[in-house]
Amino acid sequence: MNYEIAKENIDIQSVIDKVVQREAGAITTFIGTVRELTKGKKTLYLIYEAYESMAVKKLEQIGNEIKERWEGAEVAITHRVGKLDITDVAVVIAVSTPHRADAYEANRYAIERIKEIVPIWKKEHWEDGQEWIGDQLERVAYPSGKPEAGDLNE
Amino acid sequence: MNKVLFFAHLRDEAGVESAEIEAAGKTVAQLKEIVAETYKLGKLDSAMAAINEEFAPNEEVIQEGDVIAFIPPVSGG
Repeated sequence: MNYEIAKENIDIQSVIDKVVQREAGAITTFIGTVRELTKGKKTLYLIYEAYESMAVKKLEQIGNEIKERWEGAEVAITHRVGKLDITDVAVVIAVSTPHRADAYEANRYAIERIKEIVPIWKKEHWEDGQEWIGDQLERVAYPSGKPEAGDLNE
Repeated sequence: MNKVLFFAHLRDEAGVESAEIEAAGKTVAQLKEIVAETYKLGKLDSAMAAINEEFAPNEEVIQEGDVIAFIPPVSGG
């Protein structure tokens, strides 16, 4: 169970523990947290929603992509759903590799891919309203209106 | 029959989480048109479709029993 959707607080250490291996010289951990201010606008809280069964598959796909690109990598990803308050942990990504440069690169790759292909959405709640966010990368999620060939079912 | 799933703003707009629709033999694009009209969904063009939990292109033909999900641009992380 290296790829999970969590409905409660994520135990960060338990995600890290999943990638411990004797061959590793480095483990990088990314912890995504709920930010209060976005372009000056104050967030009160977020609701994350997932198409859970597909989201787990897509997290696993990202892990497999990493293992193909960075030899010897181990990957674990847990993404939270439900209501999250400011500073709460939304996602934890742990990657271990034999050498540190790969661990940093592969971890960065994982979070960028999550923002492209994993069916999870956040609803921002502000003092003056609420909205589902669809272009968190501040660009169109899919420039051609759909995932590129490489995004499909890899 | 086919189960159709809605998420995020599409679910809010449709007012339902899922629907049963006879979609076998239709393409994803054809189903999008039908669903957009039935549920008055404005932003369905920008949504992806998944068939049985894998992204599917607009031209893919739906089979009996397939589960189709409409996936708005994602915002996890």
